[in-house]
Order: sequence, then C-alpha cells, then structure tokens
Amino acid sequence: MKGAFIFRASAARKKWERGGPYFPGSAVYAMAYDGRAGRHRIWAGPQSMHWGALLRSSDDFGKNWTNPEAANVKFPESAGAALERVWQIAPGRDSEPDTLYCGVEPAAVFTSTDGGDTWRLNEGLWNHPQRAKWMPGGGGLCLHTILLHPKDPQRMRIAISTAGMYVTDDGGATWRPSNKGVRAEFLPDKYPEFGQCVHKVVQSKKKPQRMYLQNHWGLYRSNDGGESWKDIANGVPSDFGFAMAIHPSDADTAWIVPLESDGFRCTPEGKLRVYRTRDGGKSWEAMAKGLPQSDAYETVLRDAMAADAHDPAGVYFGTRSGKVFASANEGKSWTAVADGLPPVVCVKTARVAL
Amino acid sequence: MDVVFRIPGPLRNLAGDRDEVRVAGAPRVLSEALSMLWAECPAVRDRVLTERGEVRQHINVFVDGENVRDTGGLGTPVRDGAEIFILPALSGG
Repeated sequence: MKGAFIFRASAARKKWERGGPYFPGSAVYAMAYDGRAGRHRIWAGPQSMHWGALLRSSDDFGKNWTNPEAANVKFPESAGAALERVWQIAPGRDSEPDTLYCGVEPAAVFTSTDGGDTWRLNEGLWNHPQRAKWMPGGGGLCLHTILLHPKDPQRMRIAISTAGMYVTDDGGATWRPSNKGVRAEFLPDKYPEFGQCVHKVVQSKKKPQRMYLQNHWGLYRSNDGGESWKDIANGVPSDFGFAMAIHPSDADTAWIVPLESDGFRCTPEGKLRVYRTRDGGKSWEAMAKGLPQSDAYETVLRDAMAADAHDPAGVYFGTRSGKVFASANEGKSWTAVADGLPPVVCVKTARVAL
Repeated sequence: MDVVFRIPGPLRNLAGDRDEVRVAGAPRVLSEALSMLWAECPAVRDRVLTERGEVRQHINVFVDGENVRDTGGLGTPVRDGAEIFILPALSGG
C-alpha cells in the first residue's frame, strides 16, 4: 500500500533478493508481467493520494520506470468520471501480443491495443444499464478481476465488488451478468442476477472452463467457464476470505486463505493457514508448515496471493501486516520472504528466462 | 505581465527540475493561468487535475496566499505578478 517491491530468485526459489521500494508512498494495487513478444516488462499501477493514478512500466526489472507525460488511463469527458485506482492489469492473450486490459475504480475496463501506450474505456460495460445499481464494497467500487478465455478472443469475464461477475461473448461490445449459484448474504434475495460481492476468481490456464471463486461468504467452483457455480466449502474453517490462487497446470488444485468472518477479517484461531484442494474442491487441507500458528491474526487480501509457473508450483502470499511467505513445493512448507513491508495488497509472479 | 508558480517537490522533475516556473501572459483567472503552466510543463497537468478538469482532492492551490477553495476555485481572479502555490494537502495514512 506504500510502494512496490520486486523479489527475485533462481528456479530453486530459496534465496530471495529484494528490489524497491518503487513508487514509495503510492498504493500499488495492481502489477503484472508481460513476457509476450520478447518483452520483459513489468507493469504497475501506482496511485498517489495526491497526484493520482496511472500505469507505469519497466523493461529492466525495476531500475527504470516510464512516467508518461499525460496520465494514460483516463475516463473520457463523456463518462463524467475520474480514475481513482487501477486494481488489475491483464496482459492479453498470446494471440494478441500488443493488447492489455486493466480494471479500475470506479468499476470499468480499459483496453490498450498498442502495448500499453494508449488506453480506451470499454463503453459497453460502462454504459451497462445495471451500473447504476452497483454498490461500492469496503474497497470502493472496484473492477478487480479480468479473466480472458485463452482461445476465444471474444470472451472475457470480469468481477466487480459489488456487482458480481459480467461476461462478454462479443469482444466487449455487450456484457451480461453471470452469477448463477453465487450467493449474496447481505441482500434480501440471496441469489440475485447481479450484486454479489465477488472477492476473487481464478481460471485454469490448461482447462479454462474450470474456475474457482472466493466470495464475500462462499467458496465456489465452476466447470462451465463461470456460467454456473457449485459450493465447495468442504472442510474449511470459514468460507469467507479474499485471496485465491490456482495451480499452473493442474485444474483440480487451488489455494485459499480463509478468514474468520466479514466482521473479523482475520485468520481463525490466530493461526495463519493456507488451505489447498487437490480434488477440485471436494476436500481442503490446511497447509501450515512454516507459518505462525499462534497469535497470527493476519489478513490476506484479494490479490495478495499467486502461484508461479514452475513444477512443482510455487505459491506466494502477503499479509496486511507486511509479511510475505513463499512455498516452493505447492504449499507443503513455507518460508518468510519478507517481514515489515507496508501492508501487502498485491502479489504477482513471473517466471523469467533471460 | 508574469505569474509565478511554485512547484512542489514531487513534481519538480516534471517541470524541468524547477521549483519556480514563471509564465508570461495576462491570465484573468486561475484556469487561464494554469493553462499557461501546462503549456510550459505539460506533465504537471494530469498530476494536479483529474480528467474531469477538477483540482485533485488532496491538492491545494493558493493564489497570493489564499486557498482557492475559498476564493472561487478555478475561477479565482489572478492579478499581475500573482504568486501561485501548488501544494499537497496534509493527508495520508
């Protein structure tokens, strides 16, 4: 929340070297790595409380960052809105190497088709007739998740707190709510068409029809690309939480960090435990080796967990108390990578071959 | 006729490493004076104004010592030789 840091390690992922803080004082809720078309580009969306938010990038792993003269993500005058914060940066599909998407607050998608130089508001979503009924959650009215269908360039799913998920099947021209089976504990109608407080959704890269969803109360799996959702809170201490990560190749494996409740958004019983499923959510097991198991009332926020692309997969998460933990063995054991950082709101990974 | 802008520390690298930018012209109101500043230092504009053309919430602009929030905002009259401060507000967490 006060800058960005970059940690680097060899493929063994044992010893980490820190870079940063970058953008000290700015909140960085979104980062991404774009390794397409021969790039080695890190994107970040720093938001200064004073000077506003924009997208900046580095082609040398943080030594130098662009600082565009004009803010690059701006609402057009006709929208009557001003950018508050960038919540998500999503490099496009491999088939569209110059396309990037970003999700922002107030809830909107912007698209770039020139590698991130210029960005355009997605008008179809912005002008959606239901937008007037979307309600800001505790973090503001944020569009925090963008899932691109890897093969179908017309299909994209986004999630907004608090509006739920919307899908486009025509490249962003039109959008429809898609929240079947996802509950809204805080509304009189528990299963509305839209209005759910979705905290995070992840999608399998290998099997894109498979997704997992951590809701504001509720843990779900979809086998049909998000068209319908099944409750999979089987054996977790709470189905409240924010963060979620999916295995890079095994669609049945995912990780979460359950929190006690929306009233007490901390790890239950003072134990910091990651829960892992290896059977698509039929069961979950606590992965706590190396994590503090007493007096650990931690919070892991919606984008503060990620897996890498190695085999075995690495899993990483950061806490609101400024700790970062890493596992190089799919969660079996954890080591502390950092302590005493500013509150961690975003953890992203990249496997880089130089 | 000149107007002098005092540039805050965090923006000086976007203003040619200057802490003071003097613009020549005859602006009647603050918005006109700022347009002259943007012509001289274009990168400063989006750091001070939102895309709605409003001064960002946590930025204060003072014309001759008066916070423009109290004197008409971007329509605040600007006299010949005015001194205009752009300052980050006392806010943060």
